[in-house]
Amino acid sequence: MSGVVLSLFLTFATLSLLAVGGANAIVPEMHRQLVEVHGWLDSATFGQVYALSQAAPGPNILVAAALGWVIAGGLGMAAAMVGIVTPAWILAWWVAGISERLAGRPWLRAVRGGLVPVAIGLILASGLIMAETAAVEWVGLGLAAAATIFAWRTEFSLLWALASGGVVGLVLL
Amino acid sequence: MYLGRDGPNLRAMTELAPPPTRLQLFLAFTEIGLLGFGGAAALARSVIVERNRWMAEHDYAEILAVGQVLPGPNVGNTSVMVGRRFHGLAGALAASGGFYALPLVLLTGILLLYDRFGDSPGAEGFMRGIAAAAAGMVIGTALKMGWKLKPPPEAIVIGLLATLAAAWLRLPLPVIVLLLGPIAMWAAFRRLGR
Repeated sequence: MSGVVLSLFLTFATLSLLAVGGANAIVPEMHRQLVEVHGWLDSATFGQVYALSQAAPGPNILVAAALGWVIAGGLGMAAAMVGIVTPAWILAWWVAGISERLAGRPWLRAVRGGLVPVAIGLILASGLIMAETAAVEWVGLGLAAAATIFAWRTEFSLLWALASGGVVGLVLL
Repeated sequence: MYLGRDGPNLRAMTELAPPPTRLQLFLAFTEIGLLGFGGAAALARSVIVERNRWMAEHDYAEILAVGQVLPGPNVGNTSVMVGRRFHGLAGALAASGGFYALPLVLLTGILLLYDRFGDSPGAEGFMRGIAAAAAGMVIGTALKMGWKLKPPPEAIVIGLLATLAAAWLRLPLPVIVLLLGPIAMWAAFRRLGR
């Protein structure tokens, strides 16, 4: 048991530094490691746990915790979660320190400022990709369009958009 | 401390609220983590920039941009950097702890329920409605950020190229950053020099 827990920790700690763009970037590699290399669970269970953790509130990276739970219970969940979070956490801390120390240098402002349009373009893309699977029929499309305008043109809390989406979905979908 | 102090948002800076306490950071990121539904970056911006006015639009966009190219969840990285800026290690732990803690507890509950009940049809419609609204929320937030930052024409082109590359060509994120990043930085550097 403890061997599996340690192995889970090491597997997810390695995946952590590959997760550029978040959990979705490493889903194929996670599948390969857990299902094919280690054989800890079958492909169908992997798919169900993935869908469940996507539907649950919170960051997508929690899929690691859910997989750890299914593989080795509470300890497995803790090992997977600590593994997937810690390396990226340390890197973010370190980069934040460097950019605070170098603040005001023109080249650093160019680096950071230059990344802004790329980042906004990528957020737009992730919204479009989400809409591609979530807004397939007219109700979903209408909900997505209404939420777009709500988020863009108003300053109200975005929770209203999510809650209304849930209620409309409960009735119509 | 403020990285954008000599940037173009001196006016916006004067409208900022006092910096958050550690508890406020923890609670704000708890809300962001809990209610993000795949759109945590959208919700984080509305909580940090709009509601609490802890950071200027441009400052937040820069931190999010760095958080996005680093491995790990964008907003998880953002929580570390925002927390560190205001309260060092304690702030970074408070913000990222808030971001992960409650969703983890809820996920455990959901896994336990799932073991027992499986999924019912009513819950499915509710989740699908939320997913559609979350998609719109993310699109709307990208439009709003682009709108408020008043980017120069070349930045708009670069942003739309990034959208095309990710949404249509489905290029992996590191490839997009390696292709567009140098061009974007060169353009930003030239603008700064004027």
